[in-house]
Amino acid sequence: MVCAELAAGIKNIFGAFEALSIVQVYTDEIRIKVGEKFFKDTCLALHKILSSPVYMLFASDQRKEMDKFAVNCVFVDLKKNCWVIVSMDIPQEDPHFDSLAKCIHSASLFEREIWEMFGIYPQGNPDLRRLRLHDEVWPKGNYPLRKDFELMQTGPLSDYEFDRVEGDGVFEVPVGPVHAGIIGPGHFHFSVAGEPIINLETRLGFTHRGVEKLFEGKLCFEAIKLSECISGDTSFAYSLAFARAVEKSSGVSVPGQAVYLRVIFLELERMYNHVNDIGGMAVDVGFSFPCAYASVIKEEILQLNNKLTASRYLKGVNTIGGVSRDLDKAKRYMLLDSLGRIKRDFDELVKILYSSVSFMDRIDTTGALRRKTAEDLGVVGLVARASGIPIDLREYFSSVYKDAKFRMITGESGDVLARLKVRIAEFKESTRLIEEFTGKLVDSRQINAHPELKKGSALGYAEGWRGPVLCWLEIDCAGLIQRCKIVDPSFLNWQGLSYAVLGNIIPDFPLCNKSFDLSYSGGDL
Amino acid sequence: MLQILKNRFLKGVLTRRIEPGLSAEMEQAGLELRSLIQKKFSRSLHIRQLDTGSCGACESEIISANNPIYDLQRFGVNFVASPRHADALLVTGAVSKNMLTALKKTYQAMPEPKFVITCGDCALNGGLFQGSYYVSGAVSDILPVILHIPGCPPSPLQIISALNAFLQKT
Repeated sequence: MVCAELAAGIKNIFGAFEALSIVQVYTDEIRIKVGEKFFKDTCLALHKILSSPVYMLFASDQRKEMDKFAVNCVFVDLKKNCWVIVSMDIPQEDPHFDSLAKCIHSASLFEREIWEMFGIYPQGNPDLRRLRLHDEVWPKGNYPLRKDFELMQTGPLSDYEFDRVEGDGVFEVPVGPVHAGIIGPGHFHFSVAGEPIINLETRLGFTHRGVEKLFEGKLCFEAIKLSECISGDTSFAYSLAFARAVEKSSGVSVPGQAVYLRVIFLELERMYNHVNDIGGMAVDVGFSFPCAYASVIKEEILQLNNKLTASRYLKGVNTIGGVSRDLDKAKRYMLLDSLGRIKRDFDELVKILYSSVSFMDRIDTTGALRRKTAEDLGVVGLVARASGIPIDLREYFSSVYKDAKFRMITGESGDVLARLKVRIAEFKESTRLIEEFTGKLVDSRQINAHPELKKGSALGYAEGWRGPVLCWLEIDCAGLIQRCKIVDPSFLNWQGLSYAVLGNIIPDFPLCNKSFDLSYSGGDL
Repeated sequence: MLQILKNRFLKGVLTRRIEPGLSAEMEQAGLELRSLIQKKFSRSLHIRQLDTGSCGACESEIISANNPIYDLQRFGVNFVASPRHADALLVTGAVSKNMLTALKKTYQAMPEPKFVITCGDCALNGGLFQGSYYVSGAVSDILPVILHIPGCPPSPLQIISALNAFLQKT
């Protein structure tokens, strides 16, 4: 039914559309398989119908079993609450496909990724510079995500070419990869005329560790540990997305108690990160008291995490099929009690910030990302919401949130102030949700389904504090992971930052950067 | 301004307000640390932190060690912005190939005498990322490391005690 409707919709725009198959594999996942020729136009049609950016575009190497590569493109349908995945096969000789980049901007980075990792050529993509495998250390022609890749073959190395802005009085300011603070590495290349920034090019990949390749050949029960170390501040959302992918492909249903526990921990993670960012924004304009105040609240939440789960960063809590730690009556009481204190402290923090005229003046209209730009770039998560795009996976994909009357928070202006306000409102919403969810917990219930795993593939997802964390898994009959594709919200949002800073001065860059607070390691994988 | 003053008086001094058992432990370790730093580093130890491929959790804990509750700075440990000001280099994360040059250059930029500390399981031997095509190996294969702080990530308390234990020995 849903499939037929979707097919009719695509046919409306792209008359010659013919699918090899359209199947609703899971209630929240529709897969459309098309021939190579139809792939581009099908994606363009879906992009138009669903007005969804490309959430994921990735390849997998199936040459060993089926002599081909496969390429998948993931969109989201918010009306029917499901993911739409278009896939095609590419023959293994001279692999290439028609690029989507010129029509859908959000596809462009993914295509560069496919080119550097698999050597599948996106024909027509205007920019094929490598993202993560830096030319200075990695010779051309080595495609690490191909299955037959073993050791790096040596070859000539080259330098990276930055975009050049030319004109009278334009000068360049290179910053990084090593920055002044206690922070991850990334290179920012500013072109400046006078004071305002006229171009910012970010060069990332410095923390690339080959995560996706490391997943391959691992058992799911082991690999969940690795998923927690992709981005340390989002470890719970990552393990949740990973566990959900495994559970979905094996048809496991998670016990009710575990579902509530998971969302409680997910919200706790959101809280400590949001308060950390609010403090960070204050200190980046030299306002240190609120930062110290916020770091005390963050510490309180981390200690609370530790008391509840024996891990400050909620590591080891998620397991395949449920969670490893229950909250008994005493712990629930402690959680609610601490939450009350945290709420009071947080209100004070907000008052301090709002009553400082110079702080508010500094962040108002700074680093604005207009809604149109955000939509074109395919920006996701909190940053998108602050620019007025109403997208939050909790709203569309979760029945527990729906039951709790979850209120999605959006901003309008897309500037630093809007992102601050969204964070503040989300923090408060999170405390309310945790109270609500904690009320649903009961004593000594099953918290883990102890499932048996089957062969299959599925898309797992979770709305982390930055935005949607996506995890695509292919598992073989031995229960080993064949392909794992991860997309962190930072991957797409880094481009948003490059546009948000335009016209601002370099001294405001740390502030803009903190208001996005993107993950280096999550984007670099 | 009034808000700040009000909160300042209401909250009082927050430092040391962790669980009673841990608090005493930290004070003990911290005071010893301070007296050692007084003696051996003429009152202050300056550290430059470098992420060579960490997931960000170690950084978060190092930042936490500097928050008002632990306040590592009161024992004489400072985190500095430039390697030129540093006595020690604190490296986190498995060494990504892309960071190899930056790691070496940062070390070269530090004035003598200098030493290297690694923080977190990844920095010891690559941790979970061991054997990846893009990990250059352990930090100790590249630079002389004299102290490792274990943990994934190590808590602020572990960081403080490890620094203390190390300075006791040297």
